[in-house]
Amino acid sequence: MSQYKINVTKLNLWYKDFQALKDINLSIKSNLITAIIGPSGCGKSTLLRTFNRMNDLIEGVRIKGEVLIDGENILDSKIDLLSLRKKVGMVFQRPNPFALSIFENIAFSLRIQGIKDKKKIETFVEKSLKSVFLWDELKDKLKSSALSLSLEQKQRLCIARTLVTMPEVILMDEPCSSLDPLATLKIEELLQYLKKDYTIVIVTHNMQQASRVSDETGFMLLGELIEFGPTKEIFTNPKDKRTEDYISGRFG
Amino acid sequence: MKPHTKQRIAFSFLFLCTLLVILPVGLILIIIIKNGLPALSWQFLTDIPRAGMREGGIFPAIIGTFYLVLGAIIFALPIGVMCAIYLNEYTKENIFSRLIRLAIINLAGIPSVVYGLFGMALFVMFFKFGTSILSGALTLGIMILPVIITSTQEALRSVPKEFREVSFSLGISKWQTIKRVVLPCAFPGIITGAILGIGRAAGETAPLLFTVAAFYLPRLPRSIFDQVMAIPYHLYVISTQIPNIPEKIRYGTALVLVILVLGINLFAIILRIKLRRKQRW
Ligand SMILES: Nc1ncnc2c1ncn2[C@@H]1O[C@H](COP(=O)(O)OP(=O)(O)OP(=O)(O)O)[C@@H](O)[C@H]1O
Ligand SMILES: [Mg+2]
Repeated sequence: MSQYKINVTKLNLWYKDFQALKDINLSIKSNLITAIIGPSGCGKSTLLRTFNRMNDLIEGVRIKGEVLIDGENILDSKIDLLSLRKKVGMVFQRPNPFALSIFENIAFSLRIQGIKDKKKIETFVEKSLKSVFLWDELKDKLKSSALSLSLEQKQRLCIARTLVTMPEVILMDEPCSSLDPLATLKIEELLQYLKKDYTIVIVTHNMQQASRVSDETGFMLLGELIEFGPTKEIFTNPKDKRTEDYISGRFG
Repeated sequence: MKPHTKQRIAFSFLFLCTLLVILPVGLILIIIIKNGLPALSWQFLTDIPRAGMREGGIFPAIIGTFYLVLGAIIFALPIGVMCAIYLNEYTKENIFSRLIRLAIINLAGIPSVVYGLFGMALFVMFFKFGTSILSGALTLGIMILPVIITSTQEALRSVPKEFREVSFSLGISKWQTIKRVVLPCAFPGIITGAILGIGRAAGETAPLLFTVAAFYLPRLPRSIFDQVMAIPYHLYVISTQIPNIPEKIRYGTALVLVILVLGINLFAIILRIKLRRKQRW
């Protein structure tokens, strides 16, 4: 197996007449954390959402180019969207558990997949709550509403909910932007554990976060990927003037 | 004139207009309650009409209205909800979908007597259901379809987009997302719409005129192909067709009808508030 999980070549995306992604080329390595940074509106979310084809939901979107995941072009119209989205999970900006119990939030997609075996569901729930380090805190109140949790717990729960579909890639769109600094650090710590088993792509506004958590970083500006490389290099020795301006806080 | 005085005049004027709106509602209620209350008794509610409807009760009409409304909602709720789901979740915004929306809005504006004629032509004559509970319930059902479609659409629209996105991102299909995520969230709105539809159906006379209503039928229906009496139609009959009806029987019937319809609407409102409070997202 190649070390690259996602290969993007010549990706262009339009919202009606507006071009949001311009000739993007990038390769994302397995079992690393890749950060996408850039000022607001530069197309970070748009890029992320092509990896699980969430842009399909928006009317008037046109895409050209190639996105290979494990060598398979996921932009192909023949691709099975449902299994793609199970394989490529997503965590959103705002922690958004369903208005169900903690247990049911995680059991939800299992039940829809038709799994009826109670023991099996319980095992899955326990396993995924353990992988986000929520099990010890919550094992005695699995029946209470997920809406009563703290923001950090909610976001962990949302990550756990993604894990039950057994993804290989996890996309995170500013997963910490509604959390306080302490909770943010804790989620970042969690990511370090998760990267052993998953390939993680994280979009963030927060450059400290990118430099803390990621192995590789891409800098985007106005729909273009300006620079991509090992995080250390991007932050200490950027090749492009615009990258340097951005990370030294001169704009954005 | 000082701005202050002007403002006060404007306020007084607006207040008067509002009063003008409330006044008739209050008067109607007061008159009906005052004249109808003496007629209300257990016997009035449970007895059949006697002595050429000049005595006795209105039980067959109550039962008739119950069956008609039940039939109407059984017919209209699933169709209306599915239609709303289709319009809201499966069609894109284009001329065709706008035309359908326009049609539904206009459907709500058609006079109810036209529904009555339509029901007679379609159900009574074409499908040969005869003047029967079935014909009447279907006619009422069609009449309340717009209410149900519109309120369901509103309820669907109020479900946050991100709920759907989360579900899709978990690899859950569109239909499953609608069934398991969207509909449960929209449930309070849908139920409220259904109850408002029931309230509307319970109060209508015209759609029943040619499709079901019996002038005088003191026995209970045995099948959906029987005719029945219905409260609004009964009120119409005793108020216009029969001389020397005691005032209190007429107002008593009106009171029962008003209590029924207002009660149903009130129930819908309370239910909506209750269910809304329960779900915060
Ligand atoms: N549904 C849409 N229709 C039209 N234009 C859109 C749509 N979504 C995003 N855009 C535009 O595409 C560009 C990229 O948006 P995107 O959300 O990817 O930016 P972003 O980098 O994630 O920004 P932010 O940091 O604010 O989240 C923006 O200019 C935005 O206005
Ligand atoms: Mg974004």
